[in-house]
Amino acid sequence: MKLITAIIKPFKLDEVKEALRDIGVNGLTETEVQGFGRQRGHTEVYRGAEYQVDFVPKVKIEVVADDDQVQGIVDAIIKTARTGKIGDGKVFVQPAEQVYRIRTGEMGPDAI
Amino acid sequence: MIDTGDTAWLLVSTALVMFMTPGLALFYGGLVRGKNVLGTIMQSFFALGLVSVLWVLIGYTLAFGKSHWGLIGGLEFWGFRGVGQAPSDVYATTTPHVAFAMYQMMFAVITPALITGAIAERMKFAAYVLFLGLWSILVYSPLAHWVWGGGWLFELGALDFAGGTVVHINAGVAALAAILYMGKRRGYGKEAFVPHNVPMVITGAAILWFGWFGFNAGSALAANGLAASAFAATHVATAAAIIGWLIPESIKHGKPTTIGAATGAVAGLVAITPAAGFVEPWAAILIGLAAGVICWKAVDLKSRLRYDDSLDVVGVHMVGGIVGALLVGVFASTAVNEFSVAGLSQLGKQAVGVGATLGFSFLATWAILWVVDRTVGLRVTEDDEITGLDLSQHAEVGYTLVDRGGSAGRAAPAAAASTVVVEEPAPVKEGAR
Repeated sequence: MKLITAIIKPFKLDEVKEALRDIGVNGLTETEVQGFGRQRGHTEVYRGAEYQVDFVPKVKIEVVADDDQVQGIVDAIIKTARTGKIGDGKVFVQPAEQVYRIRTGEMGPDAI
Repeated sequence: MIDTGDTAWLLVSTALVMFMTPGLALFYGGLVRGKNVLGTIMQSFFALGLVSVLWVLIGYTLAFGKSHWGLIGGLEFWGFRGVGQAPSDVYATTTPHVAFAMYQMMFAVITPALITGAIAERMKFAAYVLFLGLWSILVYSPLAHWVWGGGWLFELGALDFAGGTVVHINAGVAALAAILYMGKRRGYGKEAFVPHNVPMVITGAAILWFGWFGFNAGSALAANGLAASAFAATHVATAAAIIGWLIPESIKHGKPTTIGAATGAVAGLVAITPAAGFVEPWAAILIGLAAGVICWKAVDLKSRLRYDDSLDVVGVHMVGGIVGALLVGVFASTAVNEFSVAGLSQLGKQAVGVGATLGFSFLATWAILWVVDRTVGLRVTEDDEITGLDLSQHAEVGYTLVDRGGSAGRAAPAAAASTVVVEEPAPVKEGAR
């Protein structure tokens, strides 16, 4: 099993969610985050004082999937979250040692 | 001959009406998404800046100068020349002429600000500035002249106590033109556009209600029984409209909403505006109830017609204005106002006033939008629309709930720069963004 973490542009969240639902993903976690990478921040001005803000708002999506589904999920995220402009985000894949469903105590792929 | 009581009331009313525009800014600002709150507030607030200046220079004289062919006022009052401490011979003859002109200024300010609810979240600020100036001079002033400045609708005998046609139907139909010309917001009908600050909406509606006493009761232009009567009609119509809106809403959706109550109140205020000085309280309640129900239905229909009137200017101001303007012809009572006329022929005159406003304002607004679109372009770019008006148009954000790092830039004063604490950057793991 793998934990897939994607950092994407916030306005792409709905599209990515729909795309994942279409390929059978039936749960994900979303968090509003801020960060910076190659995309520059922006300048704000308050009463003439100018501030450079480095952190850009992004959305983080986390999905746990069985190994054979991972590539399909990553491909779907990359395809739908891409605008071709700087700041589209990143996808990370890491091993997930174990998954438990709290309500029933099920383990492993059954618990996903 | 100056009457001190009348003058005092007119000055107070002027300040009350002035306060409606920032109230509108909060009303609209709370209804949009958080990234557009400042852009939306700015559209109303900036109207106080630009329209006030234009009104002194040219707007007032085009509206209230000596009538030419019943269509437009002459230029004798440009720059408020001859608009001084002595009363005018024609308007509000018991108060200083400049008090009347300032009172009218506040109406000129809020009317174009009303339109901004329809084009919220997508108009370039530069385009808005140009639109605002042109619309104020080319649409508002002529219409104000027709109805109040001795123009042809005034001569015809169409009744409009405080601006149902000039302000609300006018702004509402201009909003319709703007919606059709500009198109929908990006993502309309797909994404959820949820009002980001409902308490701000209610605060704004409450300020509008408060200011509206100046708008309607002040339109008596005197501290007298008619002002008191208009005051009462204004309040009870608004109260009834809250009820009128919430009943069908509760039936359809199961629960009454606070935004529904606030919108119903505004619909009632709009509808009673042309009627406030002509109807008795019982009739005001009926007008308010009708406005609540009908405006609710109009806004309900909008979602089915799928045009993007972001904050329902057409459904509330145009429809509410028409309800009020027509019902004056039904309920006007001579017990309230010696100029009251009701009946079929008056209803016909009211319909002429409504129709003329709808036609003229729609076409003239469309022409102005065309010109602005060809010169500076109406819409923000797609990227700017995604970013939001606050950052893309004004380089500010409405809310910072967490400090977002960053540093003081070039223009920051040295003192401010020294207060910025530069922290050690956290160790960056491989693969971090």
